[in-house]
Amino acid sequence: MIDVDMAREAGGFSLKVAFKNAEGITALFGRSGAGKSMTIGLIAGLARPDYGHVVLDDRILVDTRAHIFLPPHKRRIGLVFQDSHLFPHLGVKQNLMFGRWFAPRRTRAISFDAVIETLGIGHLLRRMPSMLSGGERQRVAIGRALLSDPQLLLLDEPFAALDVPRRLEILPLIEKLRDEFKIPIVYVSHAVEEVARLAAWVVVLDEGHVIAQGDPAEVLPAVGAEDSRFGEASVLTMRVGKRDETYGLTELLHPAGTVWLAGPAGREGARVRIVVKATDVTLSAALPRGLSVQSVLAGRLVRIRPMGPLASIEIALGGEGRLLAVATRRALDELELCEGAPVFALIKTAALDERIVGG
Amino acid sequence: MLLSPAEWTAVLLSLRIAVVATLASLPFGIFAAYALARWNFAGKTLLAAILYLPLVVPPVVTGYVLLIAFGRRGIFGSALAELGIVFSFRWTGAALACAVMGFPLMVRAMRLSFEAIDPQLEKAAGTLGANRFFTFLLVSLPLAVPGIIAGATLAFARALGEFGATITFVANIPGETQTIASAIYTFIQVPGGDPAALRLTLISIVIALAAVIISEIIQRRGERRLSRS
Repeated sequence: MIDVDMAREAGGFSLKVAFKNAEGITALFGRSGAGKSMTIGLIAGLARPDYGHVVLDDRILVDTRAHIFLPPHKRRIGLVFQDSHLFPHLGVKQNLMFGRWFAPRRTRAISFDAVIETLGIGHLLRRMPSMLSGGERQRVAIGRALLSDPQLLLLDEPFAALDVPRRLEILPLIEKLRDEFKIPIVYVSHAVEEVARLAAWVVVLDEGHVIAQGDPAEVLPAVGAEDSRFGEASVLTMRVGKRDETYGLTELLHPAGTVWLAGPAGREGARVRIVVKATDVTLSAALPRGLSVQSVLAGRLVRIRPMGPLASIEIALGGEGRLLAVATRRALDELELCEGAPVFALIKTAALDERIVGG
Repeated sequence: MLLSPAEWTAVLLSLRIAVVATLASLPFGIFAAYALARWNFAGKTLLAAILYLPLVVPPVVTGYVLLIAFGRRGIFGSALAELGIVFSFRWTGAALACAVMGFPLMVRAMRLSFEAIDPQLEKAAGTLGANRFFTFLLVSLPLAVPGIIAGATLAFARALGEFGATITFVANIPGETQTIASAIYTFIQVPGGDPAALRLTLISIVIALAAVIISEIIQRRGERRLSRS
């Protein structure tokens, strides 16, 4: 259980954050400059809040009213930075063992071999950090943080410097950490897809303030990563259905309809989240025929927000969930779509990234 | 090349003074460099200015200040003499003068080296459980080694060449405070001393070159270690 409620002003920027989360991954989400890294620094003890507290389980890490401030080395919080910050003068193995040396022997819950195995870094142990690729470095950095036996893991956009294929490789790792080592994780990201996939609880920051928090499927669509239509996306919670072995497709079920995914998505019956970009959604007033699109969700149009020649449209899906779409205003007028009208949302399977679908 | 016993004495004495001056000032130099690079405290600029002072005032002035402070009847000298520590007209005094003169060079090189370390690395060490002392010992210090070697080499070279402050503070006593530099000075003053002065000049060039080359090699190795496979 992590309980954060604190404020700090520094260099003309004022931060005020409060959130609690009991289990799984907490995502701090927002554009750059929103105060995500500052929040992480305050939790780790790299800076002091002007007022407030941070409590981890039953340990008070900082409480300005009680004049408690634990320095970073006593907090037992693992922090992975955007750049790995491996010690360049030490080998990979020595880097991994650095925090281990300081961790109390009695309470060690995480074994060296398990970490090496999970992160797949066994073959790197004898190398120097300068000889590692970006992805390898970040994996070693995560291992180093884990082996210090932390009670909380802070990941500050650990994959920001990695290219997309590497990120997709490492995302399942984060899920493994969550499941195998049972460590609460606070994950900083500005990528909707990552947050949608990983987080149990999302805290949305903007200009130093929490503007929304809650379940990613509810919070993320309302926010959007950017001001442009290209950043608008919705998160849908689906259930994995049957696989179409002939074509390699997987059926994802939603009370409002079916979405086909071009690849596997976990075992049948599992809950998964998919991210649908608003620009990938096509609207239809009637159930369409003769189209290549086979993923159709039915719903009701609840809100139209004009954006120049275009409009951002919010659809309440049958059952639960909201879907964002973008269309020209002319198309809406010609189809006589107004707020309250029933509508069918068509989603191109090809536009969905099956690689980032997760439970 | 054959040296007379007197010349040998000067060479060995010079080496001893330079080595002792460098080693004795090393811990203070590392501490001062780290403090100037990483800590913020009142009077930091003033402290830095005082530490760098021997670099800019005439060596004779430094020597005279040392004489006032550490001479037999000096401010600290008389107290230290009661403890059995005597600097005036001893080789230890020459070492002190050399250490003071070399200190700014030493601190400057080390400070740059500490400042070049990414502070995030030290923060990372903190989140991994290392307190300030262990962070310094395991992260900052090893990463500053190239700068520490450079600083020590500069101080050593400076100590070998020191003349003004030394001769002012502890005079020019053969076998006690007569270094290569003051021996050369003496030989030039006497008729027929030129060959001896020349020999010592060559010796001092060789020693200085060797010191710089050795430190280059050590530093190169250190850098290669950081980027080794």
